[in-house]
Amino acid sequence: MEGILARELGLKEVLPENTIKTLVPQVEVDREVKPAPSRYRNEIAKYIIRRSSDCKLCGKCAQVCPHGVHVLKPGYKLFSAPHLNVCIGPSCQKTDHYCIDLCPNKALQMVENPMLKSMGDYRWTPDMLMATWKMAETGEAPLPEYGYDYETGASGGGFDRLRFKFPEKPPVELQDDDIDTSIILNRRNDGRPQVKIDVPWYGGGMSFGSVSNVIQLSKARAATAFNTFTCTGEGGYMERMKPYDDHVITQIATGLFGVREETIQRVRIVEFKYAQGAKPGLGGHLLADKVTPTVAKMRETVLGISLFSPFPFHSVYSIEDHQKHMDWIKHVNRRTLIATKVSTPNDVDMVAVGSYSAGTHIVHLDGGYGGTGAAPDIAKKNIAMPIEYAIVKVHRFLEQEGIRDKVTLIASGGLRTSHDIAKAIALGADGVVVGTSELVALGCIRCSRCESGRGCPRGIATTDPELAKDIDLDWGTQRIINMYAAWRKELVEILKRLGLRSVSELRGRTDLLMHLDYTNDSETHP
Amino acid sequence: MPKKYHIETKKIAPRLPKRGKFGIVDWREDCAQCHNCVKKACVYDRYRQEMQYIKNLDEFNSMFFECMGCFSCVQKCTKGLLALTVNPEYERMGNGYFTPDIILTTWNQAETAGIPVSGAGYRGKFTGSGFDSMWTDMSEIVRPTRDGIHGREYISTSVDIGRKPKLLSFENNKLTTTLPPLVDLPVPIIIEMFPEKYHFPNLIPMLLAVAVKTGTMIIVDWKYHHLLGAYEENHLSNIIFYLDKETPLPPPDILKKLRLIEIVDSDRIEQRINEIKAVNPELVVSIRVELDACGEQRSIELAHHPFIEVIHIVSDINGNQTGAEKPKFIKDMTRIIHTSLVKDGIRDEITLIASGGIALAEHMAKEIICGADVITINMPLLIGLECRFCKNCRDGFACPAKIETITAEYGIGRMTNLIAVWHDQLIEVMGAMGMREARRLRGETGRALFFEDLEEETFGRHFGKRIRA
Ligand code: SF4
Ligand code: SF4
Ligand code: SF4
Ligand code: SF4
Repeated sequence: MEGILARELGLKEVLPENTIKTLVPQVEVDREVKPAPSRYRNEIAKYIIRRSSDCKLCGKCAQVCPHGVHVLKPGYKLFSAPHLNVCIGPSCQKTDHYCIDLCPNKALQMVENPMLKSMGDYRWTPDMLMATWKMAETGEAPLPEYGYDYETGASGGGFDRLRFKFPEKPPVELQDDDIDTSIILNRRNDGRPQVKIDVPWYGGGMSFGSVSNVIQLSKARAATAFNTFTCTGEGGYMERMKPYDDHVITQIATGLFGVREETIQRVRIVEFKYAQGAKPGLGGHLLADKVTPTVAKMRETVLGISLFSPFPFHSVYSIEDHQKHMDWIKHVNRRTLIATKVSTPNDVDMVAVGSYSAGTHIVHLDGGYGGTGAAPDIAKKNIAMPIEYAIVKVHRFLEQEGIRDKVTLIASGGLRTSHDIAKAIALGADGVVVGTSELVALGCIRCSRCESGRGCPRGIATTDPELAKDIDLDWGTQRIINMYAAWRKELVEILKRLGLRSVSELRGRTDLLMHLDYTNDSETHP
Repeated sequence: MPKKYHIETKKIAPRLPKRGKFGIVDWREDCAQCHNCVKKACVYDRYRQEMQYIKNLDEFNSMFFECMGCFSCVQKCTKGLLALTVNPEYERMGNGYFTPDIILTTWNQAETAGIPVSGAGYRGKFTGSGFDSMWTDMSEIVRPTRDGIHGREYISTSVDIGRKPKLLSFENNKLTTTLPPLVDLPVPIIIEMFPEKYHFPNLIPMLLAVAVKTGTMIIVDWKYHHLLGAYEENHLSNIIFYLDKETPLPPPDILKKLRLIEIVDSDRIEQRINEIKAVNPELVVSIRVELDACGEQRSIELAHHPFIEVIHIVSDINGNQTGAEKPKFIKDMTRIIHTSLVKDGIRDEITLIASGGIALAEHMAKEIICGADVITINMPLLIGLECRFCKNCRDGFACPAKIETITAEYGIGRMTNLIAVWHDQLIEVMGAMGMREARRLRGETGRALFFEDLEEETFGRHFGKRIRA
């Protein structure tokens, strides 16, 4: 390691004259939270209130409920469909306006929505989906009264069994403004520019074709608003992304599709994708009928011929080869940072150190349980380790090697909430990449049908113009901005309660965590 | 390069409406009769299918249709009249080990012969018992992988069954060791016997046809060999006859044409083997050992006898040790046997076949990693025929899937599809690991990640002792 460091320090590059600065004017996006209600007529609510035929239409319920759940429009004889998703449920019982009790005719009955049984899954529970929708709508985490159990999922392991050990009273009193949620991405001190993002996350790669144009742009615009990044995914750099160049990571994947000097020169971060958590070790395969004229042009390939992204890079058989690739990119773009995205094999710690020594700025670990695109079920469930383990392993090994502060460690693969993000950082990551949550903010319901038939029935993971027209750009942007805003607030709250001034102070603080399945009396805290 | 192993597959439609996970409940009263009813907008056209079922099927039940659970219609309906529920019939399927999800994916695989693919990441539990408490490894930088999967390079799934010599001796450049007989299979899958309760006319001949089509073998109890009918004679090299303790040997003209035979473990096995070998010295003999309380120990002991070639360890259909109150699971028992034989330096000399609890292709890969050379299946093949695992037949009632009425084309096709797609999935897993040969996958626990180890190595160092299993 020593030798590599010495060699690096001797190798200061000439910067940044040679860099092609962004060629098109960059767009700014406001970070302001604005309401962005669901685009569906009927929202899915946690509780349902049934009105029986005993209702005498006295209007009392509409009058008492401060949340406007019951709607009796003037001039109408009957109630309209209730806004059940704003009802706070059984916790209303403690108030003086509980409609169920106040109805003089006992015509109302509250039940938990039986439909929730058919929604979501172990990782994304119905409560987590609904809470994320709420955040995307309002920019705030749902109030405790709503009773959403959304901070953890029901998978029974990893993040879902980890909790913060919050002290009764924070060790230091801090105000929201005292708290810094930004992280830096260049820790190499190699003369390349520093890149700082305002929140410890950026958006994951979703390629052209895997999601609609509007989705891609919404992601980019939200990233711009929060001074962070989004990633192109494999398959080229769309013209429409150019006004957001400064917040876009361009990806070089194993198929090298759409990789051109010009696109590499546009951006501040270039990502090498070795593998992805959703299908570790399997590369990619774009079916022939998806290779439309636009896709073919973008990828510079032949119309209607299936495209394989091999696994792994067929020109990389060693760390030296990896370094050669990075040198090539570093030469083509003198201001860019390099991120290396790998999956989580047994020797993930070695891979991370190797990648550092080859010159990467960011090591991005993508654990097996995440991913948005289509992948073989056998791979999603079984191949490579969950991210929770990988973070601990890699963080520890980087520390042992004395290089922890020379590289930025980014984790992804199944992080769903701001609580997961905080836990990942406490386990040892500097920051994270999110993907699925952004789609949930846009109305994804996790039905897993992203690539069947015409594509996503909810207009997200599809290029079918008919289906995609359900989402408009302003709405999409706002939903992601709102979710980011809610997350940031929650993160600030977590840091405040722990008495930490910045999110970087949280890194590796496993002593602030406990695991529900353990005795938590270990003497081996770092 | 040898000819590539390839199984011809063809889509074979189901005979019955699939029992899907979701059903839509709609209260038709109060419907506004909108011109643009959301039902027409279902991306999967499920409502139209519902109408079809009403017209066509006696066993119509609106719960049965294949809604994908996207909630679009529920959320868009003008009057909010639609609701989604989990189909209770779906939830009732299976026996707890063979879950509704396993049954549904098996139906789909037997229908399409395609590897199941879906979006939106993993949806299940973090970990679980049995095969769910391990992951397989992958390699960031290694070949062959995608190339192998797509046929430009060869990933071999073949395995050899029989006794292998510890070392080879040569004299004057000539091999002097006598090589014991070996049976080679292109896939590490053998078709296991079916309990009598599950038999229906033609099942056994169909299974044999599947074995022939996929190049593998089927275990048939010699007691039932008459069920094979005329096919028996032509395909003896695909048949492994099983002999109970008391069953007399098959006639010599049959023994001479077999490649592999199985006898139950007993105190007379040496004598039985000698009798068999006296007729056909090239016939490999497998000893069937039930994994009861003594199964592990017995298998290890058997492996030390120089006349034992193959040990077939058999757990119950859910992979559990038999007759134990707290049964061990097949993967753990296999690991113990395998590791013990490795320690004694004799693992490579014998072949281990493992049965029970292999419900998905991933289980096959994992069981091999834990130490089996070959696995066997029976229930998944039956499920491939739209069996719903209701056990009606076992209890003497009529099969709701009318399995006894299937045609040969349907039965052979669906079961062949299933083996083909399991083979493809094995290649996916091996490809990700950068492994070229199924023979080398066997016992490669270093290329697997076990829940207990990972927990201890990571969380254990920070959070003390694990108190929940
Ligand atoms: S308070 Fe009771 S009776 Fe009055 S409108 Fe509401 S439900 Fe009907
Ligand atoms: S329970 Fe409370 S919040 Fe819900 S509708 Fe009644 S008054 Fe409103
Ligand atoms: S198809 Fe389903 S899981 Fe995929 S993006 Fe759309 S809503 Fe989400
Ligand atoms: S929930 Fe989705 S798939 Fe199911 S019927 Fe409604 S629109 Fe169709």
